Amino acid sequence: MNKITSIEQLEKIQQEKQALWSSGIKLVPVCGVCIGGQKLAQAMRDEVTRQNIADKVQIVETGCQGFCKMGPLVNILPPEGISQWQNGTLYTKVKVEDAAEIISKSVMGPEVIERLLYKNAKTNQRIPVIKDIPFYSKQSKYVLERCGVINPDDITDYIAWGGYQAAHKIIKTMTPETVIGEVTQSGIRGRGGAGFPTGIKWKFCRQSPGPDKFMICNADEGDPGAFMDRAVLEGDPHSVLEGMIIGAYAIGANYGYVYVRAEYPLAVKRVRQAIKQAKEYGLLGNNIFGSDFSFDIGIKMGAGAFVCGEETALISSIEDRRGMPRPRPPFPVAVGLRGKPTCINNVETLANLANIINKGAKWYTGIGTEKNYGTKVFSLAGAVRNVGLVEVPLGATLQELIFDIGGGAEKGRKFKAVQLGGPSGGCLPEKLLDIKIGYDSLIQAGAIMGSGGVIVIDNKSCMVEVARYFTSFCQKESCGKCTPCRIGLMRMKELLERITSGEGQKGDIELLIELANSIKDTSLCGLGQTAPNPVLSTIRQFRHEYEAHIREKECPAHYCKPLVKFMVDTDKCKACGQCIPACPVEAVKGKKGEKVTIDVTLCTKCRSCIEACPFDAIV
Amino acid sequence: MEYKSFISDTIAQLGEEPNKLIPLLQQVQEKYGFIPEETVDIIAQNLNLSANRIYGVMTFYAQFKLKPCGKHLIRVCEGTACHIKGAEGVYESISGKLGIHEGETTADDNFTLERVPCVGCCHSAPIVVVDSDYHGNTSANMAKGILENYK
Ligand SMILES: Cc1cc2nc3c(=O)[nH]c(=O)nc-3n(C[C@H](O)[C@H](O)[C@H](O)COP(=O)(O)O)c2cc1C
Ligand code: FES
Repeated sequence: MNKITSIEQLEKIQQEKQALWSSGIKLVPVCGVCIGGQKLAQAMRDEVTRQNIADKVQIVETGCQGFCKMGPLVNILPPEGISQWQNGTLYTKVKVEDAAEIISKSVMGPEVIERLLYKNAKTNQRIPVIKDIPFYSKQSKYVLERCGVINPDDITDYIAWGGYQAAHKIIKTMTPETVIGEVTQSGIRGRGGAGFPTGIKWKFCRQSPGPDKFMICNADEGDPGAFMDRAVLEGDPHSVLEGMIIGAYAIGANYGYVYVRAEYPLAVKRVRQAIKQAKEYGLLGNNIFGSDFSFDIGIKMGAGAFVCGEETALISSIEDRRGMPRPRPPFPVAVGLRGKPTCINNVETLANLANIINKGAKWYTGIGTEKNYGTKVFSLAGAVRNVGLVEVPLGATLQELIFDIGGGAEKGRKFKAVQLGGPSGGCLPEKLLDIKIGYDSLIQAGAIMGSGGVIVIDNKSCMVEVARYFTSFCQKESCGKCTPCRIGLMRMKELLERITSGEGQKGDIELLIELANSIKDTSLCGLGQTAPNPVLSTIRQFRHEYEAHIREKECPAHYCKPLVKFMVDTDKCKACGQCIPACPVEAVKGKKGEKVTIDVTLCTKCRSCIEACPFDAIV
Repeated sequence: MEYKSFISDTIAQLGEEPNKLIPLLQQVQEKYGFIPEETVDIIAQNLNLSANRIYGVMTFYAQFKLKPCGKHLIRVCEGTACHIKGAEGVYESISGKLGIHEGETTADDNFTLERVPCVGCCHSAPIVVVDSDYHGNTSANMAKGILENYK
């Protein structure tokens, strides 16, 4: 492969690929990261071989397309081509057995397979066009535009979408200062949680003296329940690399790392492949585009420590030390990796940059609301109907995110709260759902934007238990360096355990608040400083649940094991029998067609029957 | 002898990267399933670090194992999404069925049980990962059935 040195060469690859796409070869994107997706993609490929149509049909194994609840997904592209995929058709919950039919009828022929179309739960109508599906119609996909339709393992797919043209533009026509100026004007704020303006961070790093600087992509994504960064790395890795090139040029770095969690093996593989290809094309390495700018990227795998998402701990970890944070200042932009100025940006922040450079800061500030420009990717999970990956403009409301796109609580249960920002974040109740999503508005409400994990909690979950869960998570993940975090969180966890087991005492809530505030004020790093947030926010919004546990020794949500006995509400039980096989200890007695009972002497309160019951009949 | 050559080959592969310890430990673990005690001294000599410093790193990160695992590694996700969807019950049923707790290995060396925070498949919670197979939408009862496939 000849190294690319000019825009003409880049455009030539783009045109060749587009010509191939419009020459009649049919691309069929299949989500290969859903559970079962890889098997399906293989079955589709086998079918293509069997029908001997490899010259006409190409199965593209893609990254996550977002609608995970309905996966595995197959896209039938519209005649306008791949860039207009939202005008195409989506097949949902596709099975290996459907592969042959899809290829014969919908790929080689014009037929639509009715049963595989998404069915609107409210109207019971099947929806043939992707953009009419409520889950998609309310989204604005910029970061995720290509995710789930292109082949992430092929750099020419990315180039065909105009990839690496932003890198070319800055290296060939802009000074680092003008790049920083443009990014500052776009107003983009870091998507990793803290929301620090990216342009300003770059400016500080550029101004730090010294010839050696580093550009690091933070792909540690430690917030449990969040999978945005994973999806971007697996679905469109070159967009992150291009963002790193832009950042490196702006700050003056010649080397960078992607620090990615070891729990994401596929993401590691995809990034490795992307780096290799970018090097072959001369887009990484020495003298990029024939200029005197050189930049190369290595991969570092995390080793299972949440705190390593914190930037100084991340640096320690790359330096082969225990991943313990250190006090800031000095900030990494001044003294970072191996003592050199270092800029650390989140995956999603980086994936926004090519768009900002190509389309301009003005375009970017046209999306979103004041001081909160652009879009944000969220992963919707927990007790929500449409679990998946969504991208909305900042300024959209939580209501739109959770109900219009997410479809609200699943199984006809009642929405109780939404947890934003993971272990550093907070819970918001229904009455606050009109809030416009933004960095400052969410803090005001008692939550944070965080990295984008959105966990929906329904009336079957106990808020004290949720607080105990997060506290226990942070306590386990505390690196142990500072006392408030190491010991304070332990004490807080014990208090919460006492309350959830019905042993809570008068004054426990006040004690929790006092402890929480001192941990917040005195911890060394962001982990300890934010770990009490879930406790404080649940006390603020759901204090009555704490009080019920302490005073009445009752768990209002019927969750906390020592305080509940499982029973069947015979008015609600429809004798469907679904709970019977769900029980691992045969405590559900009865058979299909009869109302069931629960043998409390056998019941281990594992909640399997509650999860299995579609009628909310087990209390 | 085998350890020695594996370690020096791996170091050579890591090329010019100045910080080789964690990547090296990761490859040792990948190859042997855990970090055998003998390798620590070899690594110490090769990288010119004290064994003490290497143990410090190994014990900090959850990924590194100082003991061998069973033939199959079961990881039950205890991330937030999985927790909300009943991961606790799934864990308890597997733990009860195998008669072991988190971090332990069955007497026949067939299974090691672990709990992990989020594997990024939250959309199909609760998740159980056995070796490299991801099982989604599991339940307490189903979890026991999954194990039947790994003998
Ligand atoms: C305990 C802790 C964990 C963090 N985990 C992550 C993470 O997983 N991913 C991430 O991008 N940022 C994480 N951060 C934030 C980073 O320290 C840093 O602010 C961010 O990577 C900067 O990138 P941005 O400006 O592009 O957002 C974490 C911070 C703390 C305190
Ligand atoms: S919370 Fe279990 S996979 Fe994310």
